[in-house]
Amino acid sequence: MRGRPLLYTSYEDEQALLPTWTKRIAVAVLLGFLVILIPFQLVPGFRFLGEGDWMTLLGLVAIFAIGALGLHILTGLGGQVSLGQAFFMGVGAYTAAALGGPSGKALLGLGLPMWVWLPAAGLVAAFVGVLVAPTAVRVRGIYLAIVTLGLVFVGQWLWINWVSLTGGSQSGRRFPNFEFRLWGEEGDPIVDLTADSVWFGVDVSGEVKTYLFLIVLLIVFAVVAKNIQRTRSGRAFMAIRDRDVAAEVMGVAEARNKALAFAISSFYAGVCGALWGSFIGLLIPESFSLFLSIQFLAILLIGGVGTVTGTLLGATFVTLLPRLVRDFTELLGDTAQGDGLFAGIADIFVSTGLDDFGLISTLPGTSPGFTVFQFNLILYGVLLIVFLVFEPLGLYGIWIRIKNYWRSWPFSY
Amino acid sequence: MTIPRSTLQAEFERTVEEYEHLLEFDDVSLSFAGVTALDEVSFSVDDNELFAMIGPNGAGKTSAFNCLNGVYKPQEGDIRWKGESILGTRPDQIAELGIARTFQNIELFPHMTVLENITLGRHIRTDTPWWNGALWLGAARAEEMANRAFAEDLIDLLEIEQWRAYPVALLPYGIQKRVELGRALAMEPELLLLDEPVAGMNLEETEDMARFILDIREELGISMILVDHDMGLVMDIADRVMVLDFGRVIATGVPTEVQRHPDVIRAYLGAELESE
Repeated sequence: MRGRPLLYTSYEDEQALLPTWTKRIAVAVLLGFLVILIPFQLVPGFRFLGEGDWMTLLGLVAIFAIGALGLHILTGLGGQVSLGQAFFMGVGAYTAAALGGPSGKALLGLGLPMWVWLPAAGLVAAFVGVLVAPTAVRVRGIYLAIVTLGLVFVGQWLWINWVSLTGGSQSGRRFPNFEFRLWGEEGDPIVDLTADSVWFGVDVSGEVKTYLFLIVLLIVFAVVAKNIQRTRSGRAFMAIRDRDVAAEVMGVAEARNKALAFAISSFYAGVCGALWGSFIGLLIPESFSLFLSIQFLAILLIGGVGTVTGTLLGATFVTLLPRLVRDFTELLGDTAQGDGLFAGIADIFVSTGLDDFGLISTLPGTSPGFTVFQFNLILYGVLLIVFLVFEPLGLYGIWIRIKNYWRSWPFSY
Repeated sequence: MTIPRSTLQAEFERTVEEYEHLLEFDDVSLSFAGVTALDEVSFSVDDNELFAMIGPNGAGKTSAFNCLNGVYKPQEGDIRWKGESILGTRPDQIAELGIARTFQNIELFPHMTVLENITLGRHIRTDTPWWNGALWLGAARAEEMANRAFAEDLIDLLEIEQWRAYPVALLPYGIQKRVELGRALAMEPELLLLDEPVAGMNLEETEDMARFILDIREELGISMILVDHDMGLVMDIADRVMVLDFGRVIATGVPTEVQRHPDVIRAYLGAELESE
């Protein structure tokens, strides 16, 4: 079929996840970068990405992407705007802590292995999702957002007051490690994802191992989300999103499918919460706040609602944004203090001394301007508004536009 | 010479069951706070019949459809499908009985493609559990391919091949109407409710649609209830016509009878001129 890339000879070929060789090669190259080239520092000029703190950051991207995929199924496909993501993450995280955490005097913890606590985190969250579903499926739009908002506050109260589970306000607790054990046997685990070791003659640091583990999980969760989207249930979710009454008349049971979307989404959120807890190691109950939920909605909006690719783009962008802003501010600060050509321009944006005015302060507390943290929050809000108004399809929409431009190039359409 | 049977025809093959009428409305009344939408409406539809409902705007035609679909619940009367009451049944369960519908103001799923819309119609005829699809197991894969083949047959019948991959929101109105018909047919219905299938269409599109309706009836043997304001179309293709006015049935009969009925003329043209 060379030279006729759009000729398909079976429905199976055309409906494949990656129907063309261009897509297959693109995904293979991307995976090559993510799994081999970046973690093993083989990309010239970008070797720093394989170092500890960037591996940690990219691991966090994978974790947040899993949570965002859950919200993608509920909100992107199902059209149910939920702010409950933080609550279900909390359920997952504390299930993991209770089952997998070290058994101690003050804190709940059974010390079970990861193959128990990780799926259990998702399943318990999904179960709680099913319990909430009867209320949630009766309301839609902004009303559902309010109901799920309530969940976040119920969760906050519960986590702060259930000290034997969560360690209590401002102190928090430790979460189980990423390590494979058969059962609670003594000694070293079979695979310890947090310690440095040598795999097949190559030095692999703990950060890289954890990162690779998370990337593999992300790929599995993304493929599952995509599969749901292109089969019977996904179509039912989308139909309810687009026109609920028509969907019912076409034979889609609205309540059942909404509840199903809720449960699947909660499963993703639960797993995400458990991974997050273990990844960071120690979380305080206040972590599972409304801001976390809004961050997930922001991922969906900025990435592009309703597409798996957009969700992944959004998770990458939103998670990396604070770090990029910080690094860029540092760069601007250094530039402003030098005498280079750009010193004057950089000086407009950053304030480096007591009397120096600028948008961002490089010396918080002493020089005027926003701190990097405040600036991040502002940037966040501005980005959300800009995307909602100018590009409702988000980063994915921008990508489609670029693709269509080159597809018809040199003509304008 | 025997006419070769289409694949679709084979798909729609069904067993013979015993019942008096396929569908019966028995003194159905529906009112919304002071407005009586349907007032003791009775009619029946038989197998392979093309039954038309006409009447001025607000006469209750669409309300009758909504009662039948389970979207509205009539206060009085009974609706029987193959002799059994379907009152109080959920819309999705009624769909599973084999009642499909197109809407007056197109109710396609705008962000889904033509193929996805038509495939959604297969929802009630498929039953692979969601986790099977999530893991893309053999059963789900086979189901998707069967759905695709079925949808392609319908796309072929309705001549919308070139549009299959487009999101329906981008399509011209006349094509959207056809896609909606395709989505309803994908449900393999025994009764098809057509709510103004040619409203807002030009002559050519109307003729196309009339041809599709007749094709569907002949090839697939589906009973239909047609609501439309295009009298030419209705009188041409309907077996029987019922005229509604302010929720009441004012005449039921074959088209030629109904056309001459004085009450019908009055409802459509206002009071008859006194001839003295």
